[in-house]
Amino acid sequence: MASTTDHSQAEAPTGVTAQQLKEFWHYFSENKGAVAGLAVVVLIIILAALADVIAPHSPIQQYRDHLLQPPFWQEGGSLAFPLGTDAVGRDLLSRLIYGSRYSLYVGCVVISISMTAGIAIGLVAGFFKGVLESLIMRIMDIILAFPSLLLALVLVALLGPGLTNAMIAVAVVVLPHFVRLTRAQVLSESNRDYVTSARVAGASRLRLMFITILPNCMAPLIVQASLTFSTAILDAAALSFLGLGAQPPTPEWGAMLAEAREFILRAWWVVTFPGLAILITVLSINLMGDGLRDALDPKLKRS
Amino acid sequence: MLRFIVTRIGLLIPTFFGVTIAAFSFIRLLPGDPILLLVGERGIDEDRHAELMAEFGFDLPIWQQYLNYLGDILHGDLGRSIVTKQPVVEEFLTLFPATLELSICAMVFAVVLGLPAGVIAGVTRGSKFDHTVMAVSLTGYSMPIFWWALLLIVVFSGELGWTPVSGRISFLYYFEPVTGFMLIDSLLSGEKGAFASAVSHLILPSIALGTIPLAVIARQTRSAMLEVLGEDYVRTARAKGLPPLRVVGLHALRNALIPVITVIGLSVGVLLAGAILTETIFSWPGIGKWMVDSIFRRDYQSVQGGLLLIAIIVMTVNLIVDVLYGWINPRIRHTR
Repeated sequence: MASTTDHSQAEAPTGVTAQQLKEFWHYFSENKGAVAGLAVVVLIIILAALADVIAPHSPIQQYRDHLLQPPFWQEGGSLAFPLGTDAVGRDLLSRLIYGSRYSLYVGCVVISISMTAGIAIGLVAGFFKGVLESLIMRIMDIILAFPSLLLALVLVALLGPGLTNAMIAVAVVVLPHFVRLTRAQVLSESNRDYVTSARVAGASRLRLMFITILPNCMAPLIVQASLTFSTAILDAAALSFLGLGAQPPTPEWGAMLAEAREFILRAWWVVTFPGLAILITVLSINLMGDGLRDALDPKLKRS
Repeated sequence: MLRFIVTRIGLLIPTFFGVTIAAFSFIRLLPGDPILLLVGERGIDEDRHAELMAEFGFDLPIWQQYLNYLGDILHGDLGRSIVTKQPVVEEFLTLFPATLELSICAMVFAVVLGLPAGVIAGVTRGSKFDHTVMAVSLTGYSMPIFWWALLLIVVFSGELGWTPVSGRISFLYYFEPVTGFMLIDSLLSGEKGAFASAVSHLILPSIALGTIPLAVIARQTRSAMLEVLGEDYVRTARAKGLPPLRVVGLHALRNALIPVITVIGLSVGVLLAGAILTETIFSWPGIGKWMVDSIFRRDYQSVQGGLLLIAIIVMTVNLIVDVLYGWINPRIRHTR
């Protein structure tokens, strides 16, 4: 992946200025899809934050008189339960709104773990060449030799089912991407003039790693983070769907789909809406990621 | 070329050993007593416990256990399933054709639709068609395929009643497996309607599994096409007055295909991961469903064996793709 801006001068620009932000927004807003994606993501964040206020019902309250009630526009539906109810009479819309919390939570936790660990390990691999580097990269190869979802499944089997363990498993599975990317960035930046000049000026290794080089490697890492965010949501939902992630009655979207499976031919809404929620969330994050790449990596865009 | 292949294989050796260590550690990392995990919840008396410890070699020092394990692997012995008592390798090999058949069909679906869509989108950059292809492929790429599979069932099996919901073939037909590939076996059986039944069982799972590769292939083909169309030799071909179809089909497409082939090859891991979900939903008797079932049945011997075999398959395919890539594109093999 190409580096972001031209740093061939001996000075390393650090810190983000208002000018840079303006420039970023200029490129980002050129991409209509990315702006739409961003809008939806912001909306989902608002829904998640204000779920207690917005949701018409409690996500786990069971209305025994309203089992599998269809959405309001179908016969038998009512506006009291706008998107209908599930098999034990819980309001689907409320569960979906609360479910957004879990998806965002999963994405944030996975990113925090895998990005922090991945950058640290990648920096070490890029700086300390030799045995340590080969060892790290081979371990990453081993992780990549397993299909991601399979490895996550097995890790959850090891750790025990549950949302927390599912997040840890997904974080491990996506880790190699951050390590490889960071190492490649470090290797390509290390030969730049500004790094040499910092080194000659007597900067310590830690300073070189974290203050001189790392900020200039961030753009592709941020793009990778946005892609990982959507992968994390998908994989965690898949684990919950298989019964190894979030456990009922948690209103997590994947777990909701798993519960809905037996009613698939009787009540289309219990199957359709949770999946649609996952799709919309993941799609808008991916759209946003595309825009981020265009804005942070102008060279890629123009090629 | 030979040197290139040898280096590539050399790079794989440490990974292979790493994978064996990972699979070896798996059972030992499970919390609790390994024998109790293997026999399940029934419990077991002290003497039998010690006997089993010795039989499985759990009483040996850890490095010796690992060496024994390596030795067993090299003899093709991955232990026996706790549940069915069958050798794990044998179970794997009986189920693998089902997964392979499904994966091949999914890939055919993805390539047949994705390649032309990507080419046309690239050639007509900025057109309505291009935008549609990009939008559809981004949606496909973001698709939770377990939900997509359920939706396909709701629409095509439930509402329209066109396709069956699960399995590989209708229970009306029974014949001894010859190749393990239902499409071929049903033809060989000579039974009327068997082939049609096998095909109808394959359609929905193939679409579900092929959707993400389809999206990736379409996107990749489009961007490879865009890149190649900007090259000098394409401009030269155009300037010479060659018909546009010839320029696109002969000059551009051939070179654009190189990265696309790599993407197709590297989708094996994606396909196997997707097979876990697709096979579970469609009750497709392949290794994906088998792995999930084994995890739920606490059949850890099978999980361990399956893990190793799947990793070996992924590594082998990646190696083949790598070598093919070096063979098609000499620049790669000389720069390393």
